[in-house]
Amino acid sequence: MKTRTGLSVSRREFLMTSGALIVSAAAPATSENAVAATAATDPLKPALVPGELDSWVAVLKDGRVAAFFGKVDLGQGLDVGIAQIVADELDVAYEKVTVFQGDTANSCNQGGASGSFGINVGAKPLRNAAAEARRILVESAAQRLSVPADRLTVSDGVVSVTGDAAKKVSYAELIGGRFFNAKVEWNKQVGNFMDINVRAKPKQPSEYKVVGKSFPRNDVEGKVFGTSDWVSEVRVPGMLHARVIRPERAGCDPVKVDEASIRSIRGARVVREGNFLAVVAPREWDAVRAAKMLKVEWSASKDPFPPMDKLYEHIRAAKTVKREEPLKKGDVEAVIKTAARVVEAEYEWPFQAHASMGPGCAVVDPRKGRATLWTGTQKPHYARDGVAKILGLPPEEVHGIWVVGPGSYGRNDAGDTAIDAAIVAKLTGKPVRVQSSRAEGIAWCPKGPAGVHRGRAAFDASGKVIGYDFNSKGFSRLNVNSNESDPGDTLGGMEIGMTLKPQDAFGTPEETYGFDNKRLGWEVIAPLLARSSPLRTSHLRDPVGPDIHFASEQFIDELAFAAGEDPVAFRLKYVTAARDAAVIRAAAEKAGWQPRPAQRSRPSGDVLTGRGIAYAQRARTIIAAVAEIEVDRRTGRIWGRKFTVAHDCGLIINPQSLRYTIEGNVVHGLSRVLF
Amino acid sequence: MAKVSFAVDGKAVSVDVDPNMPLLYALRDDLKMNAPHFGCGEGQCGACTVLLDGEPTRSCVLPVSAAKGRKVTTIYGLGTPKKPHPLQTAYVQEQVPQCGYCVSGWLLTAAAFLKKKPAAGDSELREALSGLKCRCGTHVSIMRAVKRAQKQMA
Repeated sequence: MKTRTGLSVSRREFLMTSGALIVSAAAPATSENAVAATAATDPLKPALVPGELDSWVAVLKDGRVAAFFGKVDLGQGLDVGIAQIVADELDVAYEKVTVFQGDTANSCNQGGASGSFGINVGAKPLRNAAAEARRILVESAAQRLSVPADRLTVSDGVVSVTGDAAKKVSYAELIGGRFFNAKVEWNKQVGNFMDINVRAKPKQPSEYKVVGKSFPRNDVEGKVFGTSDWVSEVRVPGMLHARVIRPERAGCDPVKVDEASIRSIRGARVVREGNFLAVVAPREWDAVRAAKMLKVEWSASKDPFPPMDKLYEHIRAAKTVKREEPLKKGDVEAVIKTAARVVEAEYEWPFQAHASMGPGCAVVDPRKGRATLWTGTQKPHYARDGVAKILGLPPEEVHGIWVVGPGSYGRNDAGDTAIDAAIVAKLTGKPVRVQSSRAEGIAWCPKGPAGVHRGRAAFDASGKVIGYDFNSKGFSRLNVNSNESDPGDTLGGMEIGMTLKPQDAFGTPEETYGFDNKRLGWEVIAPLLARSSPLRTSHLRDPVGPDIHFASEQFIDELAFAAGEDPVAFRLKYVTAARDAAVIRAAAEKAGWQPRPAQRSRPSGDVLTGRGIAYAQRARTIIAAVAEIEVDRRTGRIWGRKFTVAHDCGLIINPQSLRYTIEGNVVHGLSRVLF
Repeated sequence: MAKVSFAVDGKAVSVDVDPNMPLLYALRDDLKMNAPHFGCGEGQCGACTVLLDGEPTRSCVLPVSAAKGRKVTTIYGLGTPKKPHPLQTAYVQEQVPQCGYCVSGWLLTAAAFLKKKPAAGDSELREALSGLKCRCGTHVSIMRAVKRAQKQMA
């Protein structure tokens, strides 16, 4: 199986050589080819809407299968998993399935990479579509072979009569290169939860032959040999390089721009709309130089931020603008008042930048009445909508193409860069490539929100926890929305005067501790700077999960310590879901956990070793991890020695992909906690 | 503007550019190469690494004029799909990269180090590679791949 993104000319070649009607034969062999792939250019293809089976799956002339996925794989093998699922439902060999992803010309808006939903939600419409395609093909074969459908079997895309294998017809013969023209029932959702209802019944897991096996990824060789493209390698003839100019201090607007200060750079010039300021030049280095040389007088800083060491004081003291208590059982306050013992603790979590391997980069090519966007954002369909709004075009006239970017762990600066490119493209009328500097990428990307997390627990005289209160107070995880469909939610959009529509949201621990009285709450405070803030907050992998669970699981350890109990045993005593308990047990067993309460005395020696366990739920996956660490008392250096992870995500589609995902999760999490 | 000549992956090249421009921009913009990458422009992350006469060098901070008459090696010169370097083979076998943006730095730095010290132990390898970044957190498989390649090269 292969995976294609829209950048690749071979994608068109693939479809062309397959004789599929998906691409118009007249499509030029340029970046425009993907535009040609839209339904609009092929009169035979039904409209690209979720209610058409042809929007999800196609059988090509030679029997190969194309699946159209409205999410994107960020290097964890999601596309491989989708191909495995489609192969099983259709009864074709895995190698025959090609997944097209993140291209607005051939996929519906399934929300892009989002919320760890890639497989457990995102695969559903593909699975249903593949099952429906198989049903239609088997029925069609039944007519062709004049036997009832229930007497037919399918093997690698060939339908044959059970017990009489000579009587057969292939998918390619039945429909290869043509369209199903079949309606499916769309659930009317756009984004993550888009799904379709079909007449076919998908297979039972016991029938899977491809799902559950490890297939290697498709993007590795291209990355190792430098033969594949990242978004930063998109080069459009005649394109300008742009660098957006942003102030060194937050809350400053450009007052005076000295255009003469870059006059010595041939071809460099300033573009501006409102507070959005950029330089462009035909050569990239000239744009970089111009950005450094441009003299700008900024308005006085409004100094919106408290000093770093006063951040948590600010959070504690700030007025709450929204509070929710998603879980409330019994009367926590009452039992805390009368408890034999109360344990309290607070945990602080800073703002965190995505700090992807490279800063954001995007290319926008505006043409008369239409445009193309190449972006590394996780949500290319939404970014396409945002770019269309900037350019004043209907969304269907903007072709959004996802191309892998320099790492992506949530809403980083990739989407904002797409809007930056669109603004400069609008102002210059030329194809524009924007790439930020490292400093801008870190300073101006949306941030994971800072917060203060507070736990309080009440014990009765027997040492049982009878009350548990956990509250997170911090900046919203949705100060800017989770996607770029409304440019008001982007930095460039705000700078040209569009309105940010902030939302207030945070989260609570995802666990099943069954304390008699229990309250889980969150509260959100106002942003430090309402508009164009470098500290505007959004989701950073997994949205507010690491902060909340860092705090709540640390607090559970405090309670185990207070109760004089082993941290694993303490968790198992209170956790109520059987799956959660099984995951905690599995991690402890594999790690060779020796039960004992945490030590009260400090051991001697320069290098101390310790262990700990934490568990959480996430998007219907349950995870427990045992960490074994070393601390050098002389230097304070913490060294993660060994991590044992129990990860119950339900049915495993591709064990190797999962293993790498878990390893990456551990290192990413460790990096965010330690550095 | 000045004409600067050097060799890239065994081929003589010449660019007519601002001599202060970093080598990275000459490779990417003038020679249209897809790797190395721009990661930070400050010499801090390693995504732009090339070998300059065999030594790992951050091309984002090296003026192109400093490459004059010298041999630049990128991952294209390290190996190709048909004739891969053992590290590239190991990277594929171990399925190392996630986003893959950092690959040039790790491969070229490891290749240069293993050439000098083929029998390096774990801590020496870690030390040699410590100046590189991978934000996707693939370090565990990077170490697996480097050690696999090391065995193969021995």
